[in-house]
Amino acid sequence: MGRETDTARTLKVVATLVVLTVLWELTCRGFQVASFLVPAPSDIAVKLWDKQHLFWTHSWVTLHETFSGFMIAVVVGVVSAAVIVIIPSVRDVLMPILLIAQLVPKVAIAPILLVWFGYGVAPKIIIAFLVAFFPIVVNMASGLVAVERELLDLGRSLEASRWQIFWKFRMPSALPDLFGGMKIAITLAVIGAIIGEFVGGDKGLGYLIIIANQELDTPLAFAALFIISLGGILLYVAIELLERLVIPWSQTAQPSQVRM
Amino acid sequence: MSVPPTIAVENLRKTYVARDGEVVSLDGVTFDVRPQEFVSVLGPSGCGKTTVLKIVSGLEPASGGSVRVDGRPVSGPQRKIGMVFQVPALMRWRTALDNILLPSEILGINRAEARARSVELLKLVGLADFANKYPNELSGGMQQRIAIARALAHDPSILLLDEPFSALDMMTRNQLNIELLRIWSERRKTSLLITHSIPEAVFLSDRVIVLSPRPAHVLEIVPIPLPRPRTPEMRVSKDFIDIVDHIGRRIGLEYA
Repeated sequence: MGRETDTARTLKVVATLVVLTVLWELTCRGFQVASFLVPAPSDIAVKLWDKQHLFWTHSWVTLHETFSGFMIAVVVGVVSAAVIVIIPSVRDVLMPILLIAQLVPKVAIAPILLVWFGYGVAPKIIIAFLVAFFPIVVNMASGLVAVERELLDLGRSLEASRWQIFWKFRMPSALPDLFGGMKIAITLAVIGAIIGEFVGGDKGLGYLIIIANQELDTPLAFAALFIISLGGILLYVAIELLERLVIPWSQTAQPSQVRM
Repeated sequence: MSVPPTIAVENLRKTYVARDGEVVSLDGVTFDVRPQEFVSVLGPSGCGKTTVLKIVSGLEPASGGSVRVDGRPVSGPQRKIGMVFQVPALMRWRTALDNILLPSEILGINRAEARARSVELLKLVGLADFANKYPNELSGGMQQRIAIARALAHDPSILLLDEPFSALDMMTRNQLNIELLRIWSERRKTSLLITHSIPEAVFLSDRVIVLSPRPAHVLEIVPIPLPRPRTPEMRVSKDFIDIVDHIGRRIGLEYA
């Protein structure tokens, strides 16, 4: 597909968003909806502008938690997947642990983590990590396994070492899957960090929403939601760009093939 | 027998354990390939042709009988063999040139030297202008040419080809047959081709090993007396058609 279609698509997305925003604004004004129930986009914009300092500070905290949790998830996820694939006997030991870690409701263990690690950023990072790493392990492991049979035969016929098979055959082959997992993981990491801030703490966009609710400052809550969404999208796009940079040969990295 | 064969397959047997008991895939297959000879193994699909090749390459163990390469019993993979598969099996994250460099990397061959040879191989398969293309930017026929170049990269003395053109359309296939013939005549690798195309086998080979349906045994070893170098026009010559017809009947008769 050419550039024209890409531009057309971008226009369509922007147009949709603009129309929705205008409809929202008109509905709020037309029916005179109270700002503490549903604030109009203009109310939210004003709030964003007035409290920009506040938003910068808290956004920074949430971003830090999200990104740290995500990065730990990538490292732990990739290493776990590699271990599972290289030493198949470990699989039966590791998989149940990973599954349990995935199945435990994060909202439920957040208070416990708070008891263990205090009110700082640590429990938020841990929750972000916990929700983010499962898609990375699963994607990475299946990517490492799914190397063409004939390609592995070629490796064997050349008497390639296990090390060479892993680094030259399995690892590059799994990169598209890793990026697929990372795209899911980054959005989950944002949610994880927010959950952590909901449960306890005095910083971050999640904390800001809690405060806003207590004070019935709904425009503030919406403004925080807006920043969370925007941040999530930007992080996702950043990973997509990284993907195109690192694996330009991949089908999924081609702009025309897959869209958010 | 003055010259010892490069590949000697004797009374080769292969059995599998399936759900409903033991399945005999190869039931005493015997043939040999002499140095620099081009031999094809021809048979109906599912008869175990590919298994023959895998055992010769050392990737699969035999259940009985023996395979010797250069006089030594095969006990595992051997670096003197270059392999081409049914699918190109290229690394999609590597350019054409880097794909051809792979065997040299694994074997630890000097990089500059390997690079020079890879460039030369790209020329040999007619893709000198595509060195920096990724596999998904190349047609199926081009990909298989790269696979052939890769098989030659570490300068093996033997080339094993497992139905390398079966996934290609007729025109590309014919074209690649001619290319392979040219490459073989330039490099003179001892070649063993697995195929189910009779014309392909006859056109390329010095001898054709005709296998029966499963359990496979050798029905006939057909020498191909067509002169070398072979030209595309030979494929419509009476001699050619007679041999193709003969083999066809041989396989057909066994089916009846």
